[in-house]
Amino acid sequence: MSLAGSWTFDVVDLARMQFAFTMAFHIVFPAFSIGLASYLAVLEARWLWSGREVFINLFNYWLKVFAVAFGMGVVSGIVMSYQFGTNWSAFADKTGPVIGPLMAYEVLTAFFLEAGFLGVMLFGLKRVGRKLHFLATLMVAIGTLISAFWILAANSWMQTPAGYAVNADGQFVAADWLQVIFNPSFPYRLVHMVLAAYLTTALVVGAVGAFHLRRDQHLAGARVMFSMAMWMATLVAPIQIIAGDQHGLNTLAHQPVKIMGMEGHFDSHTDGAPLYLFGLPDQAAGKVKYAIEIPKAGSLVLKHDLDAPLAGLDTVPRKDWPPVPITFWSFRIMVGMGLLMVGLGLFSLWARWRGTLYRSRLLQLFAMLMGPAGFVAVIAGWVTTETGRQPFTVYGLLRTLDSASPLAAPAVGSSLIAFVIVYFAVFAAGVIYLLRLLAQPPQPGEQGPSSAKPTAAAGITPAVEVFLR
Amino acid sequence: MIDLVTIWAFIIAFAVFVYVVMDGFDLGLGILFPLFPAKADRDVIMNSVAPVWDGNETWLVLGGGGMMAAFPLAYAVLMPALYTPMIAMLIGLIFRGVAFEFRWRSEAKTNRWDLAFTFGSWLAALAQGIALGAILQGVHVEARHYAGGWWDWLTPFSLLTGVSLAIGYALLGATWLVLKTEGALRDRAYHLSWYLLFAILLAIGAVSIATPFLHIQYARRWFTWPNLVFTAPVPIAVAAVAVALLRSLANRQDTQPFLLTLVLFALTYAGLGISIYPYIVPQSIDIWQAAAPRNSQLFMLVGVAVLIPLILTYTAWAYWVFRGKVLAGSGYH
Repeated sequence: MSLAGSWTFDVVDLARMQFAFTMAFHIVFPAFSIGLASYLAVLEARWLWSGREVFINLFNYWLKVFAVAFGMGVVSGIVMSYQFGTNWSAFADKTGPVIGPLMAYEVLTAFFLEAGFLGVMLFGLKRVGRKLHFLATLMVAIGTLISAFWILAANSWMQTPAGYAVNADGQFVAADWLQVIFNPSFPYRLVHMVLAAYLTTALVVGAVGAFHLRRDQHLAGARVMFSMAMWMATLVAPIQIIAGDQHGLNTLAHQPVKIMGMEGHFDSHTDGAPLYLFGLPDQAAGKVKYAIEIPKAGSLVLKHDLDAPLAGLDTVPRKDWPPVPITFWSFRIMVGMGLLMVGLGLFSLWARWRGTLYRSRLLQLFAMLMGPAGFVAVIAGWVTTETGRQPFTVYGLLRTLDSASPLAAPAVGSSLIAFVIVYFAVFAAGVIYLLRLLAQPPQPGEQGPSSAKPTAAAGITPAVEVFLR
Repeated sequence: MIDLVTIWAFIIAFAVFVYVVMDGFDLGLGILFPLFPAKADRDVIMNSVAPVWDGNETWLVLGGGGMMAAFPLAYAVLMPALYTPMIAMLIGLIFRGVAFEFRWRSEAKTNRWDLAFTFGSWLAALAQGIALGAILQGVHVEARHYAGGWWDWLTPFSLLTGVSLAIGYALLGATWLVLKTEGALRDRAYHLSWYLLFAILLAIGAVSIATPFLHIQYARRWFTWPNLVFTAPVPIAVAAVAVALLRSLANRQDTQPFLLTLVLFALTYAGLGISIYPYIVPQSIDIWQAAAPRNSQLFMLVGVAVLIPLILTYTAWAYWVFRGKVLAGSGYH
């Protein structure tokens, strides 16, 4: 990017903006639908097991939401799969032999499975009967998880490449497929992301439950979904903190420069590095301004030892630095959200013990405010790991500058503008439709997507109604 | 013995063909949507593909993703060469795809998602047809990358292939409606199929005449001895299928027109294959030059051999579950 006098962007900047923009929109939907597909499978299983009507009502309620969210995930995902060719053709040529097969396996083992059974899951209960329908739901849920497996294997290989060789054409080729797939950061990233998806969905379900409990604390569907969601927050949020810590240690071992960026460690510390809680990293000056720091705590977190020495960016050539202010802040946003999730889980546990789980107005307010927290944390986490990988696309081996397509800037600029306009128009409408569905409480005799018409938005409080129109 | 690279060329060609015919009738319905203004008809049309469209579109991801994996150089050259049509296609598919769910959620009187469905389907179909024409024309390659401009694809020929594919999709859509609907709606679909069949035969003729003029190699491939033994049956078969299609429309046999249209697509697709093979970027890069290393192709071949039959099986099951005519008012939504 050159900022001398006027704003001009080169092709690589524009392609990066396009990837960041389309990716940030896309990741929201899979994160939500991975969790929601599993939640739907649990609801249907509990319905089949117990025969309690509240579970099938909740299943149908969330199935309608799933249908809308899944569709948006599909169309925004196709954009991602073609973007490797359109904007990053040099990357596609060089890495295609290694990560291409991983993505092909994602299509073959996951996308087809999801799409093949989705129709039956959405519309087929009466046609195929309960057992086959549950099988379809299960296949869709498993499909979302298999999808996460392959795409995170591909992403992790870009972060911590392993099991590869380079051929005469400069392409990466696989030397050992198991090492390619199970590369050093993959297990950590997979666990961290799947837990994130489950938490994201639990927070949305919890917020919707809280919203309806505020108006009627005896509503059976709202009570069940709120209780289930709060159990998830209570149990999974602390596990996620541990998984995140382990992921961080793995990153320190394999991508130490990324950690330096995340922690704002411009300087090396021989006798325990500080933990910056807040501050303004100045990339040009190479220091963190207005820092609020805990001495030696950085070494405690990263090395689990107060006095451990930690190298800083001063040991790394400047041309290999990631953009520190972005990674520093996105990392703090993610961690902050995670801590709030733990707080919500503990609060709900206390309310549950006191018998006020469905009554506490404060808990309901907290849960509603935390509704979007999972999405914020997921996006912040991806920003951290992806910008932390810069200035490389394949860490340490292929520079972002050498990955882009040989295109004129106006081409990439025009497509970026087109995507921005289309995404805001289409996905804003989708979010409004989702909120409109969620603004209605789950009803006894709730119909799935097979109901003849969308039910009129009766019974919504006027303020919500105005907001949603 | 047939080699691995050739096997992969056929696998990618198969995935793209399945995409073309399966999403083809979905897109065809969107193209024809303005001709069915009544809401009740539109609901039936949407319900006829709602359970299967997502699976149909997945073949596009397999075609693209599979190409990046099996022929990365071709993917890396063609995508920037087809930049504008590809972006247009993706945007079209966004509008088309979300419309399936959104139109049931909108409470406005004039449903703007019906408009989005039409617009998206037209845009995607034209863009795919233009991309096909641009590939046939050939693109400017230097070393391992595309070296042309971002409007090189735009020629009268690519516009011709764009319109032709849209007509073909519309015929697939119309015959799909013949298969899946009843009453006045089916009558309209029969009526439209007549016009569309004549239009597509004209389009096939025009593209067939224009193609040999693009490159002397295309003309040699089709019109020299002994190639004629293999090429001459194609137009003859097209003519025979066209006659059979006309008869099935005249006799009002609900299943046959759709199946025969699939055969028509297969024949024209084979014709394209005859023109292009063994190139993947015509006249510049052949399939062996573009191929990924052997171990990448082998690794995927294992998955393809096991999974494609499985995928075809459960996809067929999903179609079987939703078989038969779609009745008004008893839709899935």
